[in-house]
Amino acid sequence: MPSLENITDDLDVWLYQQFGATATFLIESVLIALLAIGLFSILGLVLIMMERKVSAYMQVRLGPNRVGPKGMFQTVADTLKLIVKEGMTPDGADKFLFNLAPFIVMIIAMVILAPLAFSKGFQIWDINIGVLFITAVSSVSVIGILMAGWASNNKYSLLGAMRSGAQIVSYELSAGLSVIAIVVLTGSLRMSDIVASQENGWWLFKGHIPVLIAFVIFIIAITAETNRAPFDLAEAESELTAGFHTEYSGMKFALFFLAEYVNIFIVCAVGATLFLGGWMPLHFGTNTQFNHVMDYIPGIVWFMGKTFFLIFVIMWFRWTFPRLRIDQLLNLEWKYLLPISLFNLLLVTLMAIMGWHF
Amino acid sequence: MFLKEYIKEVFGAVKSLATGMRRTGYYFTHHKEIITQQYPDNRDTLQLPERFRGEVVMIHDENNEHACTGCTACELACPNATIKIVTKFDVDEETGKKKKAIDTFVYHLELCTFCNLCIEACPTGAIKMDQTFEHSVFDRSKLTKKLNHDGSKIRAGVE
Repeated sequence: MPSLENITDDLDVWLYQQFGATATFLIESVLIALLAIGLFSILGLVLIMMERKVSAYMQVRLGPNRVGPKGMFQTVADTLKLIVKEGMTPDGADKFLFNLAPFIVMIIAMVILAPLAFSKGFQIWDINIGVLFITAVSSVSVIGILMAGWASNNKYSLLGAMRSGAQIVSYELSAGLSVIAIVVLTGSLRMSDIVASQENGWWLFKGHIPVLIAFVIFIIAITAETNRAPFDLAEAESELTAGFHTEYSGMKFALFFLAEYVNIFIVCAVGATLFLGGWMPLHFGTNTQFNHVMDYIPGIVWFMGKTFFLIFVIMWFRWTFPRLRIDQLLNLEWKYLLPISLFNLLLVTLMAIMGWHF
Repeated sequence: MFLKEYIKEVFGAVKSLATGMRRTGYYFTHHKEIITQQYPDNRDTLQLPERFRGEVVMIHDENNEHACTGCTACELACPNATIKIVTKFDVDEETGKKKKAIDTFVYHLELCTFCNLCIEACPTGAIKMDQTFEHSVFDRSKLTKKLNHDGSKIRAGVE
């Protein structure tokens, strides 16, 4: 059966025979860059469309339904409009930082893509500190947001950026702790090892209640980290117009918008890898016939299915819950999530030492 | 106890959030609940709510008779002078008595905010809100309407 691993390996061998080592490396880098950019643009279109449809159905509306069949091409039309629009820079703004900020946010989103395992052997960089890399780099994105807020020379932007800083810094803690819970069970920070350890069952099922708690805390924390409702204080339309990207227009705004959705995809992919077994198919203990059927579904489908399920859950949150106030937000993190996840980490460690998980 | 309260609070929060998510989840899976009217497309089958307020009309029965006594309660109730009632005096043929009646019920659609106060003020139920809403015209004077039909008169017995 042809798999993505065979295709990439064959391509690598063929390129090596044709052009030699250096040229192969360069060509593969370019190919990966093209694939990443392609993935990002498709993700932007698909996720924004999905969000608009999901929100419409949850609010008893129809949603976009005019451009193309069932409104499929609405986001394409919107993107075209954004490309054509003028990218204004306000007079009082710090021009260099103002124009740099959207690219920083976007580049960070791209860098986090590196250690994600899309399918067996289909991974840009199987770095041995994959999980650490993701947590470390993802918190840098707050720099881009602060930069945008500060350079805009606008009180709403600055307020949004400051809130976003407080929020990401505090929620990074409980997200990290719930990730560590899985690292404790796996004993490795490498993404492929984490996926391989779930061959006979996903951690969500194998890890009993402590992993379930870690999963819930992780979902809450990533919702806050990606600045999504109910934690969208950085944007908070009703209070801050659009928060840190109030002053942005045209393609620069589109980059922020795209980065938000790409970040959602990435954090959900990390969640799917850690808790739902990445590209591993669903297996039930001894039911070999069922397991065989599941094995025939390619890994990329499993991975995308799990990721999009998590994305849907996060969208569900957004269109159900009201926005928190900033003090409520920080209360939730420091008084509830952090103590619970610290205690939970102890439980998971005890479980790992005693070998109580399956 | 502190710990008991703490755990109770967490469970209460999770429960209320789950209630909200069940509602939106229900709407997400039940597309029949969608209330959007795709207006220009479904113009022929458009279903308006019963209490929709389109414009004020006067109710006439098959004998071209209405129930308006010309009391001007609606004119007084109107917050922005949409209604102007011109009255006249009818002479009763048998007794020779004079009786107040409407000559013209002038309705300025361009001033109306469809607040329904005139209908509530009417003591005889002579006017009501219609369901028509496509009011755009090219000439503003066409929006000034005369609500009582030509040759209509007040229904016998309405005081």
